[in-house]
Formats: sequence, structure tokens, C-alpha cells
Amino acid sequence: MYSLISPDGSVGDRLPLTLEQMKGLYADMIEARAYDRKSIAMQRQGRLATYASFEGQEAAQIGAAAALESDDWVAGTYRDAALMWRAGYPWKLLVAGRTGDERGGQPPETVNVLPPSITVGGHMIHAVGLAWAEKLKGSTRVALTSFGDGATSEGDFHEAMNFAAVYQTPTIFLCQNNGFAISLPRHEQTRSESIALKADAYGMPGEQVDGNDIAAVVAAISVAVERARKGDGPSLIEAVTYRMGAHTTSDDPARYRDELDAERWRERDPLLRVRKLFQNAGEWSEKWEADLETRATERIEQAVAEAESLPVPRREEMFERMYAEMTGPLRRQLDGGDS
Amino acid sequence: MTELNVAQALNQALDTALESDERVLLLGEDIGRTGGVFRITDGLLEKHGPDRVYDTPVAESGIVGAAFGLAIAGMRPVAELQFMGFSYPAYDQIISHVARIRNRSNHRFTAPLVIRIPFGGGIGAAEHHSESAEAIYAHVPGLKVVVPSTPHDAKGLLLAAIEDPDPVVFLEPIRMYRAVKEDVPDIYYTTALGKVRVEREGDDITLISWGAMMKETRAAATMIEDEGGSVEVLDLHTLSPLDADGIVDSVNKTGRAVVVHEAPRTGGFGGEVAAIVQERCLYSLLAPVMRVTGPDTIFPLKRSEGHYLPSAEEIVKVAMRALEE
Repeated sequence: MYSLISPDGSVGDRLPLTLEQMKGLYADMIEARAYDRKSIAMQRQGRLATYASFEGQEAAQIGAAAALESDDWVAGTYRDAALMWRAGYPWKLLVAGRTGDERGGQPPETVNVLPPSITVGGHMIHAVGLAWAEKLKGSTRVALTSFGDGATSEGDFHEAMNFAAVYQTPTIFLCQNNGFAISLPRHEQTRSESIALKADAYGMPGEQVDGNDIAAVVAAISVAVERARKGDGPSLIEAVTYRMGAHTTSDDPARYRDELDAERWRERDPLLRVRKLFQNAGEWSEKWEADLETRATERIEQAVAEAESLPVPRREEMFERMYAEMTGPLRRQLDGGDS
Repeated sequence: MTELNVAQALNQALDTALESDERVLLLGEDIGRTGGVFRITDGLLEKHGPDRVYDTPVAESGIVGAAFGLAIAGMRPVAELQFMGFSYPAYDQIISHVARIRNRSNHRFTAPLVIRIPFGGGIGAAEHHSESAEAIYAHVPGLKVVVPSTPHDAKGLLLAAIEDPDPVVFLEPIRMYRAVKEDVPDIYYTTALGKVRVEREGDDITLISWGAMMKETRAAATMIEDEGGSVEVLDLHTLSPLDADGIVDSVNKTGRAVVVHEAPRTGGFGGEVAAIVQERCLYSLLAPVMRVTGPDTIFPLKRSEGHYLPSAEEIVKVAMRALEE
């Protein structure tokens, strides 16, 4: 498994990132975690619909997005808020989506990040089509799709991997293997030694990377992105990580996993090891970390306030969103008439 | 003008679309080298090349899912699924993604793609090759569902579907592919979606159908007229959005309506048409709205097809009951 930063913060090879870049990524992970914790709190207060926490997976998500250009395509899932945000999707809209507002699904015109897929696995092929279109248009844009280990059991995973390889689309498949498909552990999902190994059968490179090591994730995804941009086709990256929280706020992980295991993974926390790296280099202070946390909290609170101040959608918006131009039957239904 | 059958008209529409819009591309199983199982895309790979016409792996969900991504990123894909009975693996992509992206992104992302699906029985095909499941597509908000029955409409509606900014499920009646020929303009033209086509005007009864059953419906109308009745015939040719006004105007005039489809009766689209008529035409109705449909059975294999498909005689019998009221 490819890794660059050990859990104790020590670095084997030279890092492909500067200290400043590492500090930026660390700040991003802190901000993402602030969003995650705020969301869980809001859900408990009844202010959000069900929420799927990504705590523990910040490095995989922030690292992957950091390897992309601002106009690349991203097709992720309900657990990918950190990835989507780092790729340009505003927190405000991510919060709005979770408060149950379709306007949360509408990123700015310059952001090519699809709203999160809620069904499992159906969106991977979309990144094949998106990338295929860019290839046909002669652009160098790539498309990254993110999914969990659970989604690799879906038939759609096969079709997406196969199409991407057959048509050599500039697609990056990022599997965040967080150990569980809701309650089913990874080793009961597939007999394959790894998920990365599956790439071989499709004729594309596959690599397993320490998903809690942000430098390793950035490096691995960057290689895949570069291949794709050069016209050398798709890649699969398996980021091995761990979902520290529950599947969603309506789930109790104590029913299916050993909490000692979760404690062991806490020592491999993606933020902790970067902090240790800074500490080892004499580049960390309590004040700096506290400042980062304060700034992150302020930004998230601001986004929450903006999202919650969106007026309740008007009834007609539900009808107006269906087609480019409202159809006759919808017009009549909106007006409360008969068919 | 050239005299074409439905299959040729569809081929010409696709050829014209590929020529006039560089964003258009075709993808599907066996549509390139062999021109598709029904030869609708015959010659298009040779003419437009492998960057426009793609023979895909056998994966209906993949075809539609890839077309969805292509459409979001600015292309105008036209996907072919070989038979309606093989469209079900793609149904999740269609209802969960294709139909919803405009809504779930509040217009930011859209999927202007066309999914062509040959449908219906009558050619003695194998199991799963004769399905008429138009109702399950018409039931999905966010889709448009179009069903041509004549060569002229086939070309005009397909070009309109490709131009449309929303996803269109385009159902092609297999039995009509080579059943009739008519003059079709050689130029690019579109036929408006969402409008019924009044095929024949009359005063005593309205016969309503779409797709392949237009053939029997037409024959039934002629038989009734031979008996002295005056029959109006409507070809719905877009099931979603449905032109309710077009149906209502006709039934308010005639006072009687018979809906004809080959799909099974229960939950069939005829029920929707009947509901609209009773909601909006009650005081004009001289007889109950009648249905002539396939039975609630699995579409049978070749030797029993005649037991399943409604005949012109059955339509006449039901229409006569209405006319006697």
C-alpha cells in the first residue's frame, strides 16, 4: 500500500508537496471536520435530514480534490461533502441540500461538481460519460468519481469500469474503502484481495493507497489525473480508510463492529498525523491550530446561517424545475385544476 | 419528398441529425457494423465514422448512464436499446438519474438525450421481445415519452426529440417499421411533441391510440364508416406530456371514446386517457369510455400472438356498443 506519511508523522520519501501546501491541506481538513461535526449536531437538533458523516475520510476527499483543476468534473456520493467542497461546491449549498432544499443541488456555473448521488453506484458511469464528452470535445478536462467499497458490489461498478477502459475515457475512479457497506465488512463484500486489484481485469491501472495519508492521496490521484489528461485512459485508486462515525445519523455501528477497532483507527487519524508531521518539523503551535479551528467554525456557521435563511421554496418551484419549459399537464396541476 | 417506411424515415432522421449537429452521437449494441437489430442505423457508421456512431458493450445501464454523462457535458447522445424487454436494466439510470437531474440541480445540469426503444409485439419474436411497457415510462416525472406511428411523424418527432432540452424516451413500434410507406420530406423538419394528431375527423365517436395499434384502429374506423358511422381517429404520439386538451376537444365533439393499446389493461395508459375524459367530458359523454387492450397476461410466444393482440374487429365490436348507447 502506497503511503508517504506514517501515523507517527514521520516521512520516508521526500514529500511531493511543499510545507505551505501541506498547511493549506491541513486547514482544509480542519474546515471539513468542522462541517461534519456541525452537521451531526444539527441533525440531532432536527435541523437537517439524515446526515452521512465522513469523519476519518478527510484526507481521501480533500487530497483527491486537491489533485484536480477547478473545472474538472466530480461525481460523488452523499458522504463526499469534503471532496465536493474542496472541488468548489460551496458549504452553504451542501448544508442547504441536507436541510432538504433542491437549491442545494445547484452549484455555481463555473463548478462542474454534480449534486451528490444518493443511490449507490449509479453515478460512476456518469463520470465515464462526462469524461468521454470532454475527450470528444478535445478538452483536457477529466472526471473523477468517488464511491465507497460497498458500491463496488453493484453491477454498475462493472459497467462503468468496463466502459471507461473500452473507450479510454479520462476518468479517475476513487474508491474510499472505509471498511463497511453500512454494516457489512469489506471482507464479506468481495473475496478479492483488494479493490484496486479489480482494475487489472478491466485493463487499467489500480493502486491501493493509505487513504488517511493526504500526501499519498494527492500523489496517487495526481498520477491518475496526469495519465487521463495525456489521453492514457482511466485509473482506479483505492484509498484505504475508516469511517469513524456511523453510516448515517440513523445507524448504530456498535451493532456490527468492534469499537476497539474504531479506537485503533483513531490513532491513524488523517489530521493527527499531519499535525505530528508539523510538530516533528517544529512548524506547529497550539495557537495556530486554534486559529484554524476558529476560522473553520466561523465559515461553517456563516454557511449554515445562509442556508437556513433561504426562504421556503414556493410551491411553483417544484413544478418549474421539471422541464426546460413547464408542460401543459404540469401547468394545469399547478393551477389546481383537473387533468 | 421520398417514399419511406418508418425504419427508413428514422434512419434519415438520425443521418440528418448527425449532419446538422456535431454534438449528436449514437451509441448502442450492434448499431454500427450491423446497423442495429432492426437496421435503423444502417450505413451511419460508414458515413459518419466511429467518433459519431458507437458499437457499445452489452450493458443497457452503462449505455444510458454514459449517455447521461455525455449529455450533461454538452453532447446530444441518442442511445438505442435493442428491445423494450431489455430496457429494464437501464430503468434505474432512467428514473433515478436521467429523469431527475434537472430537478435535483435546479436546472444547473440537464440531460438532453434520447433513448430509442423498439417496442410491441406482432412479429413472432422470442420471449422479452414484444413488451409494451410505455406506461412505466409515461409514469416517470421528468421524462418525455414519444411514440410515432407513421413515417412522416417518425422523422419529425425523432428530430424534435433530439432537439428537445429534456430527456426523451422514444418508443418505436416494431410492427410498423416496414408496414407502410408514405412521402417524407428530405429536408430537416420537426413535428411538435405534446400534441395529438387528428388522423381522421368525424362526429360520432373518437378512437384513440398510439404506436402499432394505430393500424388496427385505422382499419376499425374504416369498417365503422362503411356501416355509416362517422369516426374521429386520434394518434396521441406523445404520451408525456399528454395533450389532454386535444383529447377533450375531440370527445366533447363526438360524445364517445374508445382507447386502444396492446399493453396489458391494468395500469395501462388507456386508464389515464379514460380518467381525463371522464373528468373533463362527463356532460358531453353519450356512452362510457371504453378500452380495447391486451389482456393482463405475459405477452405470448409466436403461436398465441393472435390470441393476445387486439384486432380491428374487436375495436369495432366495442365501438359499436358505445355507438348503440
